[in-house]
Amino acid sequence: MMDAGTNAESAIECLLFVAGEPVPLEDIAKVLEMGEAETESILRSLQVKLTERGSGLQLLHIAGGWQLATRSEYAVFVGKMLARSASKLSRAALETLSIVAYRQPVTAPEIEAIRGVSAAGVMKTLLERGLITEAGKKNAPGRPNLYTTTQDFLHYFGMNSLADLPPIEQLPNPEPVTEASVTDGVTDMVKQSV
Amino acid sequence: MHFMKSSRASASAGVRSALLPPDMPQVVLAAFEGPLDLLLQLIRANRVEITDIPIVEITNQYLAALAQMETLNLAIAGEYLVMAATLIEIKSRMLLPLPPSVTEEEGYDPRAELIERLQEYDRYLETSVLLREWEEIRRDIYFRAAEECTDSYPLQVLHNQASPMLLFRALQRLLTEAGLDDKPVTTIIPKRRVSLRMKMAEIIRRLHTAGKQGIQFETLFDLPCPRHDIVIAFLAILELLNLGRLTASQDEPGDAILLYEETMG
Repeated sequence: MMDAGTNAESAIECLLFVAGEPVPLEDIAKVLEMGEAETESILRSLQVKLTERGSGLQLLHIAGGWQLATRSEYAVFVGKMLARSASKLSRAALETLSIVAYRQPVTAPEIEAIRGVSAAGVMKTLLERGLITEAGKKNAPGRPNLYTTTQDFLHYFGMNSLADLPPIEQLPNPEPVTEASVTDGVTDMVKQSV
Repeated sequence: MHFMKSSRASASAGVRSALLPPDMPQVVLAAFEGPLDLLLQLIRANRVEITDIPIVEITNQYLAALAQMETLNLAIAGEYLVMAATLIEIKSRMLLPLPPSVTEEEGYDPRAELIERLQEYDRYLETSVLLREWEEIRRDIYFRAAEECTDSYPLQVLHNQASPMLLFRALQRLLTEAGLDDKPVTTIIPKRRVSLRMKMAEIIRRLHTAGKQGIQFETLFDLPCPRHDIVIAFLAILELLNLGRLTASQDEPGDAILLYEETMG
């Protein structure tokens, strides 16, 4: 597939540069006409190389795909040029998202039962920001809507998949994110943002 | 809401009420996400375990916190009062001697259900703290913005992936782009300007004039125009498509949509 003067790693760099969203491994492999395992090892080595050469960019495994991102140390410069993204989420929103993330698909009344307060306003905000989505109706009285988290949810928190969240049983004794406790997306993010 | 009126006179914002129990921990009022949150903060402030709540003290402190919220003129949601009632009920159950039948049951604890709820809520609370951390880190990382379509309808819907939510958002976007939400506060709403039938006739006329060249979808909307007109024009196009009076084509996703009159026979 590669002609003289081109190499797979640089080709991947090009693909990731033009993509405006995380690119799934299989898509990259398909374009390069290479195996997924081989493609992934090139991605990993590109990731290391970017760090080693002190690039302003980093390669993240996020929301189920691969995506180039700026390094957090340079946030101050990028922030000056771009308008800040949407406001931070409220505590109520974060609590609700935690519940949806672990209990999905889940209904608003179920969330209300756990939090002990009304969920209507928060749910609307989360739907509008695309962090949760409707996923059918529960076969229960009133047929309430079921909600799940979205790819944007993973992306917003720098996760690769829901598996990045700590297992719920371990929660009573939570420690701040450590490299050992999570995988990929967040690990990438935390490691590379140090 | 007139809950524990008596404390109103004795406490003002920022000042500890003389009526509060002397052992009342300092908790930041008005920063609660609900009764469970308030309860958890009291438990933490007292340095006790969720599984071993000193129900009498906690109930007193909880009620005192509500009283304080009231003196600060904070609206106390009904959920807080439900929890107050629950606490009082548990408290009285623990003070009363148990009927013999219950005493025989090993490990009976009137607090059990509350403890379970608190533990569950607490778990999600911990996750939400973690999510807050991740949000912080993630906000310092920027990504290349997704490619902007030059099309007026920058909706990237792949086949079989359209959902009511996506369509709704596309319509919202179109309406927002039209700047129609910036209407002055006082506005005169004229009577219905154009009927669906009239709009359909107008579109057919315009398509007929355009002939084989066709007309671009968006030119049928004379923006800026009232929201009503956008909706009518859109309905008219759908209706004509349904009647087989016009055809729509698009070469590539993201390209302009072209409309042609369907020449019959």
